[in-house]
Amino acid sequence: MSFLDYFRSKKTPSASVAKERLQIIVAHERGQRAQPDYLPQLQQELLEVIRKYVQISDDMVQVEVDRNDSCSVLELNVTLPEK
Amino acid sequence: MARIIVVTSGKGGVGKTTTSASISTGLAKRGHKTVVIDFDVGLRNLDLIMNCERRVVYDFVNVIQGEATLNQALIKDKRVDTLFILPASQTREKEALTPEGVEKVINQLAETFDYIVCDSPAGIEHGALMALYHADEAIVVTNPEVSSVRDSDRILGILQSKSRRAENGLDPVKEHLLLSRYNPQRVERGEMLSVQDVEEILAIPLLGVIPESQVVLNASNQGMPVILEEQSDAGQAYDDAVARLLGEDREHRFLNAQKKGFFSRMFKGG
Repeated sequence: MSFLDYFRSKKTPSASVAKERLQIIVAHERGQRAQPDYLPQLQQELLEVIRKYVQISDDMVQVEVDRNDSCSVLELNVTLPEK
Repeated sequence: MARIIVVTSGKGGVGKTTTSASISTGLAKRGHKTVVIDFDVGLRNLDLIMNCERRVVYDFVNVIQGEATLNQALIKDKRVDTLFILPASQTREKEALTPEGVEKVINQLAETFDYIVCDSPAGIEHGALMALYHADEAIVVTNPEVSSVRDSDRILGILQSKSRRAENGLDPVKEHLLLSRYNPQRVERGEMLSVQDVEEILAIPLLGVIPESQVVLNASNQGMPVILEEQSDAGQAYDDAVARLLGEDREHRFLNAQKKGFFSRMFKGG
């Protein structure tokens, strides 16, 4: 690194860091806002049913609703523990 | 038909009351009969900003509870004669603003006023929900700063789901972005989110940009809505915002840093 680089190099401006962080968190929160109210309870009840057969922890079941123009898809992801 | 406008933000201290005072004064100055309501029960401040704190006898809650008539509680502004202020109660509980009571008062005001401006408290609790419920339009006051932008987005979500218009399946509340405390110098140095950044994130139409200015504090010290400081940049920016609210097409000003001349650099230390 040459001597001049010391003067040239600039840190990423903090405003662009702010913008990037905001875009991510706002998109995430908007996604959650669009989810139906019953989702947390549905997730809880699914957990209980699955636990009758397999021991899994809370974060191993993911429930999401994806909305397209014409239909909604309930996406259910269950991670089973390795034997 | 009265137009009901809520001034809201989610976050506190971004300039809601300053904006409510200036927007309502600006509307009234153009001859529209306007009332501005303080919804911040327990922490009323609109009276101070409008310089009528010593003329408060009855308040919003007194009217809701039938202890005073609307005419007894309304305070007529001394500077603009088509402007009235309905102060919040300083002593009651927030829950004293019942949905039925608020609706009754708003309906009664709508019979005689052209514009009803609702100054929302911070947060997303009862008072804020009451302030936005009846709105036809919302002015979302935002500072170019991460927590304010995030809270503004949250309040937009609430406007789209919990307002009267949303609940009854009517046309949605018309949203306006008002960016305040804007500092073009800091934006140019990359230290502050730009107007374009905030517009891109929140994706609602821009009503105005109020530059960060000493004049705002001076005006509030004296109980003067800053829009009446007609020579100042902040005052003119608010005047532009009111004009746009009324459908005028005005170019945005005060977005770029003023270049300092050689002499002002020399004598004011840059």
